[in-house]
Amino acid sequence: MTGYIIRRVLQALPVFFGTTLLIYFMVFAMPGDPIVALFGDKGVNPAIADQLRAQYHLDQPFIVQYLIYIGGIFQGDFGTSFSGQPVGQILASTFPVTLRLALIAVVIEMIVGVAIGLVAGLRKGKWFDNSSLVVSLILISTPVFVIAFVSQFFFAIKLDWARATVSGEANFPELILPGMVLATLGVAYIIRLTRSSVIETASQDFVRTAYSKGLSKSRVTRVHILRNSMIPVVTYVSIDFGILLVGATVTEGIFNVPGVGRTLYQAIIRGEGPTVVSFVTVMVLLYLAVNLLTDLLYAALDPRIRYDK
Amino acid sequence: MSTPLLSIRDLAVEFPNSQGTVRAVDNVNLDLWEGETLAIVGESGSGKSTTAHAIINLLPGAGKIAGGSIVFDGKELVGASESELEAVRGSQIGFVPQDPMSNLNPVWSIGFQVEEAIAANNPGLDKKAVRAEAIAVLQKAGLADADKRMKQYPHQFSGGMRQRVLIGIGLSANPKLLIADEPTSALDVTVQRTILDHLATLTKASKTSVILITHDLGLAAERAEKIVVMYRGKVVEAGPSLEVLKNPKHPYTQKLVAARKAAPRKEHMGTDVAVSISNISKVYQIKGSGFKSTPFTAVDNVSLEIKRGTTLALVGESGSGKSTVAKMLLGLEKPTSGEIKVDGKNIAGMNSRELFDLRRHMQPVFQDPYGSLDPLQNIANTIAEPLVTHKVGTRKEREARVRELLDQVSLPWAISSRYPSELSGGQRQRVAIARALALNPELVVLDEAVSALDVLVQAQVLELLARLQDELKLTYLFITHDLSVVKIIADRVAVMNKGQIVEFGSTKDIFSKPQQEYTRNLLDAIPGAKLL
Repeated sequence: MTGYIIRRVLQALPVFFGTTLLIYFMVFAMPGDPIVALFGDKGVNPAIADQLRAQYHLDQPFIVQYLIYIGGIFQGDFGTSFSGQPVGQILASTFPVTLRLALIAVVIEMIVGVAIGLVAGLRKGKWFDNSSLVVSLILISTPVFVIAFVSQFFFAIKLDWARATVSGEANFPELILPGMVLATLGVAYIIRLTRSSVIETASQDFVRTAYSKGLSKSRVTRVHILRNSMIPVVTYVSIDFGILLVGATVTEGIFNVPGVGRTLYQAIIRGEGPTVVSFVTVMVLLYLAVNLLTDLLYAALDPRIRYDK
Repeated sequence: MSTPLLSIRDLAVEFPNSQGTVRAVDNVNLDLWEGETLAIVGESGSGKSTTAHAIINLLPGAGKIAGGSIVFDGKELVGASESELEAVRGSQIGFVPQDPMSNLNPVWSIGFQVEEAIAANNPGLDKKAVRAEAIAVLQKAGLADADKRMKQYPHQFSGGMRQRVLIGIGLSANPKLLIADEPTSALDVTVQRTILDHLATLTKASKTSVILITHDLGLAAERAEKIVVMYRGKVVEAGPSLEVLKNPKHPYTQKLVAARKAAPRKEHMGTDVAVSISNISKVYQIKGSGFKSTPFTAVDNVSLEIKRGTTLALVGESGSGKSTVAKMLLGLEKPTSGEIKVDGKNIAGMNSRELFDLRRHMQPVFQDPYGSLDPLQNIANTIAEPLVTHKVGTRKEREARVRELLDQVSLPWAISSRYPSELSGGQRQRVAIARALALNPELVVLDEAVSALDVLVQAQVLELLARLQDELKLTYLFITHDLSVVKIIADRVAVMNKGQIVEFGSTKDIFSKPQQEYTRNLLDAIPGAKLL
């Protein structure tokens, strides 16, 4: 297993350099001069502009800029944003917030989605199954900002169960409402995935054999149906977790969550090369880590999958 | 003993479908006494497995018992509550399912799945005792190194090993009745015999009654005292085994017995050589840990000759390398060494153009007609595809050819617009044969082409193949694990074991005076061979 992990980490290296180079190039190629934009409506002072260009290495050719940037990363320096704040600091303040939000969303997805999907799958064609399919279809087809505004209005303003917007701290209790909103889409998909997977597993021969041993219905469901049905669900959840880590721009905007999505969006608008590239780099690394974790989870769920052979 | 252990009266089982319900089992009556073995024989869809599943109320899908009674050991099982049934399943009635590949949960270890059965039926036992019992059960079922293999998973076991595990689970609580649903039909004949012998020893020792479900009349007669023959959901004949075999009364049973006695064919000796295979070997590199790989010799120095217009049967158990030989002949795999000549031309030296042309002259028919026909193509397109690929004829001419081919394989033209899922297994295999014949090939490679079919359908397809051979002067390479089929179709037989040809001769010689121990074992293992 360790050999496999080492191999996967080595495989991540070219992905790391490739994506950073690509993103750096795309930011470099964006139209408009970010330094000129900084002056806004005021006239451009050529001396200051030149000084800024030198400070941010914008007077160097593209590949030199990239190498300076990468060299910095390996010394723990992610560069400086135009507001003078080190990018490393921005990363350290936004990623934990988004991580908390994503965790809340994923936990809700798993618990609610799997529970409803399991019951629906076991009662195929009955009213619970039919209504869960209708509800999940409604959730899938409603845009997230509608769900966000509606739940903000009801839970925060009418019922006063939660705060309408999140404070600068963005601690766990405050993030529960935005987390629920973020989870709705995932819950809907997981209900459907779990349901169809449970129906398929329940008709397998080994389930009949399990009953023929004299096992009770609840034991067959827990031991033989649920575990086998979790493999497609784990795939979906890990992809979804990866997407959530990259930040949910709309939800973060509505609930004023100081997370990755909002910050990255603003950095792109301002054309801040180092900030954008640093965020994307961290995202790529997180995504690779989540992927590796998924593959290891597969092996834990299904003994037929073994990587060291 | 004045009452039977199991008594089924007027049993009816129904499955709902879009037009209402289908009665899969109707008016079934049978009695089973303690210590007795009873075989239920029938083709697929005859209701034999459904009857067995109804006894322990584990019918698939929405199937349900529509009437009748099942009395087991004085208790009525029809209408019993779920908890009453749980108490009977496993501890009173053991069940050994059909397919060892799909009946063990792939994500739990073998040990876990055996322990689970023991724990469910012996509530008082602690963990250690359960484990010890599980090891004992597996050892009794014929897994000598059971304590070392408890932690392994089903995919690390061979089919025969898995079937032993399933038999162990079925017998783990010393049930009074064991239902064995085609327990060995997925296994090689020699493995089949060892496992059935073992099952018989175990059940005899414990005086367990057995219901053996099988499609093979010979096997039923050999293993059971009584036979019940089912056809289309009804019992058509019942009686002592030898009686049923010797004096079948119902026309269906008579046909089954006749199929077993099919006359050996007139030999075609042939003169000129159509295919000559000399000293071919195939070595695969099996990837080991890291960068190492170990060579595995699938085919070891095999030489064969097939005379034009004759059938050569290549016989062996799974893993013997027989299909690899076929793949190399068809040019689907490259031999590691040796050469294959078709009509005197060496395949190895051919470029892709020549190989493409060669394929017009040799066509395959595979085992699984479900897998080898494209479900999205209708029958006419399926049969015409080789003609389109090789740019033969105009659209009109191709249609005429499809008509002719359907006629040759005795299928109605009406079938041409249907899709594979709408056909029976036998009809599908006929379509596959028609497709193989579309280009007027000289050589047809039949890789287990009748192994998946019911006995009577099998006989019909074999007859068709023999007729086509005479009409079209075809040469067959017939690959099979089933020696009982060989007698009907083959002129010469080559027996393969572990990649080598261990015996070669005319069909008559192989059957009347086999030279090798291995061939004798294969012949002895044909179920019911001695009874007829």
